[in-house]
Amino acid sequence: MLARSSRRSFQRLFDQVGPVDQIGIEERVAKYGTRSIKKGAKLWGLKTAVSMVDLTTLEGKDTPGKVASLCQKALRPHDDPAVPQVAAVCVYPAMVRHARRALGSDTAVRIASVATAFPSGQAPLKTRLAEVKAAVADGADEIDMVINRGAFLAGEFGLMQDEIAAVVAACGSATLKVILEVSELETYDNIRAASFLAMRVIRPGDFIKTSTGKTSLNATLGNNQVMLEAIRDFYLDSGIPIAMKPAGGIRTAKQSLTFLIAVKETLGDAWLNNARYRFGASSLLNDLLRQLEKESTGAYQAPYYFSEAAESY
Amino acid sequence: MPALTAAKKSPRPAARPGRSAPELIFGDLWEFDPAPETADPKLKPRYDLFINGQFVAPKGGKYFDSINPANEQKLAEIALATPADVDAAYAAAQRAYDGVWGKMPGRERAKYLFRIARLLQDRAREFAVAETLDGGKPIKESRDFDVPMAAAHFFYHAGWADKLDYVAPGRSVAPLGVVGQVIPWNFPLLMCAWKIAPALAMGNTVVLKPAETTSITALKLAEIFQDAGLPPGVVNFVTGAGGVGAAVMNHPTPAKIAFTGSTEVGKIIMRGLAGTDKKMTMELGGKAANIVFDDAPLDQAVEGIVNGIFFNQGHVCCAGSRLLVQESVAEKVLAKLKNRIRTLRVGDPMDKNTDIGAINSREQLDRITKLVAAGVKEGNEMFQAACKLPAKGFYFRPTIFSGVSMSSRVAREEIFGPVLSVLTFRTVDEAIEKANNTAYGLSAGVWTDKGSRILKMSTELKAGVVWANTYNKFDPTSPFGGYKESGFGREGGRQGLLDYCKLV
Repeated sequence: MLARSSRRSFQRLFDQVGPVDQIGIEERVAKYGTRSIKKGAKLWGLKTAVSMVDLTTLEGKDTPGKVASLCQKALRPHDDPAVPQVAAVCVYPAMVRHARRALGSDTAVRIASVATAFPSGQAPLKTRLAEVKAAVADGADEIDMVINRGAFLAGEFGLMQDEIAAVVAACGSATLKVILEVSELETYDNIRAASFLAMRVIRPGDFIKTSTGKTSLNATLGNNQVMLEAIRDFYLDSGIPIAMKPAGGIRTAKQSLTFLIAVKETLGDAWLNNARYRFGASSLLNDLLRQLEKESTGAYQAPYYFSEAAESY
Repeated sequence: MPALTAAKKSPRPAARPGRSAPELIFGDLWEFDPAPETADPKLKPRYDLFINGQFVAPKGGKYFDSINPANEQKLAEIALATPADVDAAYAAAQRAYDGVWGKMPGRERAKYLFRIARLLQDRAREFAVAETLDGGKPIKESRDFDVPMAAAHFFYHAGWADKLDYVAPGRSVAPLGVVGQVIPWNFPLLMCAWKIAPALAMGNTVVLKPAETTSITALKLAEIFQDAGLPPGVVNFVTGAGGVGAAVMNHPTPAKIAFTGSTEVGKIIMRGLAGTDKKMTMELGGKAANIVFDDAPLDQAVEGIVNGIFFNQGHVCCAGSRLLVQESVAEKVLAKLKNRIRTLRVGDPMDKNTDIGAINSREQLDRITKLVAAGVKEGNEMFQAACKLPAKGFYFRPTIFSGVSMSSRVAREEIFGPVLSVLTFRTVDEAIEKANNTAYGLSAGVWTDKGSRILKMSTELKAGVVWANTYNKFDPTSPFGGYKESGFGREGGRQGLLDYCKLV
């Protein structure tokens, strides 16, 4: 009985939002990789990508010291003053107050915190909401929540949306990023459907995000494209702009440029800024800096020029 | 009970009055710098005829210019063959067939074909650049499609050459002798490979005439034949315009004629060959229907529509030039299509980021312009991308006609350019009827999430190829060819080989 009704609710949802063809979408994104970005366009892309990084540390062994050095890196990624600051640092809730201390209150770098029993989300709703409120109270500007994948896969879309709506309320003025955890949704059809369910209950300027970075498969050009197209369709339909954050697996500057080309050709110029698009990443930043340095000097510099050899920044 | 409560719970603000509809901005915030392909195409200033393994001057001593359609500059001089040159080419082909190639064991012929394929791969970049300079197609297409696919055809048929006992189970096969071939200008190198590889694998020898605007890569392929040590006379190239083509087609020597080009010329050739015992294959025009049902994955369908009509500037005989879209999603598909077209990059074919290059010739540009003007005059609604076009060279903006009726010229005639006509339908039967209501029958596309509908459509559509949830996919193993006025005979696969042999 349950199985049948869940199948029916999926059917209804897919009919509403439309299906995705796997081969077609993967062929589409393969074309982004053939774009050739040179000279001024490359510089612009690299700098823009730096400004979109959510510099992340999400480890059990994180300490106030590690978070402080991460914050320093976020404020001043490179000696070159032409290199912008990153968009945000992303830390666990317990580290938010340390990040706030390191960054100060007068800074453009925002503090994002994963909350809602990240990465599984398997805690009572009350606990998850309390975590969100605590992070916001400690100074988080942005909350990265995980959706209830169990509820989604069981077809209990109302439950999934109610929980997101409750987190929206708990966020207050903090920006919300809704992590779909695409590898657990498995199909592109599901990713598109879950994107719509989330977008219908969040606010203009809130994000949908691919993944936690804690599973085997994270952001790919394919699932990024599915979500960008969902954002585009939702925007053209309702006028509500939703932002996007691919996270996990984007390690090289070249990859990030390819993702930005996808943004340029799917959502257009209005999404080519860090209010509408972010990269959840850690090692990406140093590769962006290395490429920027190479563009200006013509040579690749050793890793230790970018504070990379150390495990932290 | 799980329930869908989305709309009710949504804090979606009411539509703001007085605001215009939301739009996407595809502007110049992030302009791409030029990214030209710089490989040397190694062009000669003058190309002679290729007869009996040698480059020889035409007996009439005349040459014509081959120009780059992207900037109208002269690339090289091409020999203008005379009837005497065509005679010499056929004589060389007959000698090669009788003396060497026809008797050579298949496993030996295979070695030559493998060698040609590998040499082509070795010089892929050089050939891609030459193809783009000569024909105007974007470098990314000649690099990623034309040249690799040409090599693939030689590889595939090399594989068959020693296995011909299995082409027709229970029968033996024998070569036909000399074959005469004429190819068009839309895929100059690839059409060479389509025509030459199966003919050679079967043991035939060839006299081929490339299109007058695009002879260069064929003659560069002749250099590869020399490097591969292909015996003299096995392949001969004669160059020139329609007159030379007629001499190749109407010559008494060939046992078979293979033609790819317009239906109009195909009919003339067939009239000329009536009453002879020559075998023929004709791959002619098309006006393919690309059919989108309301349950289709629409964004991928839009991608397929774009690929179907704007690939190679629409100079594709199987181009999906008629879009049939179900009424309930017509508006949505058209809106998505327009947004997609706004991001296409039209311009210098040598730029690696160019999606749509130059129209092949002024003559073709004039033809497209004339047909589009007719489409406007008939009252169809026209949309063109607002892209900048280079000042010099032959370019045409990607164009969509919507609200087109079946009787409109742009829905009936093959335009052979980046021009799409959009028609609508309501039911499956109406889609089939409209799709088949054409003199052509080369290809069709079906877009739906429902598998059983794909199977039904592919049996009902009178088209040689039916693509499902994709478009313009080619493979050497897959036979290609038409119904009705799109021609007969197949190229590629086992079926393609059977058109180059007799059963004994």
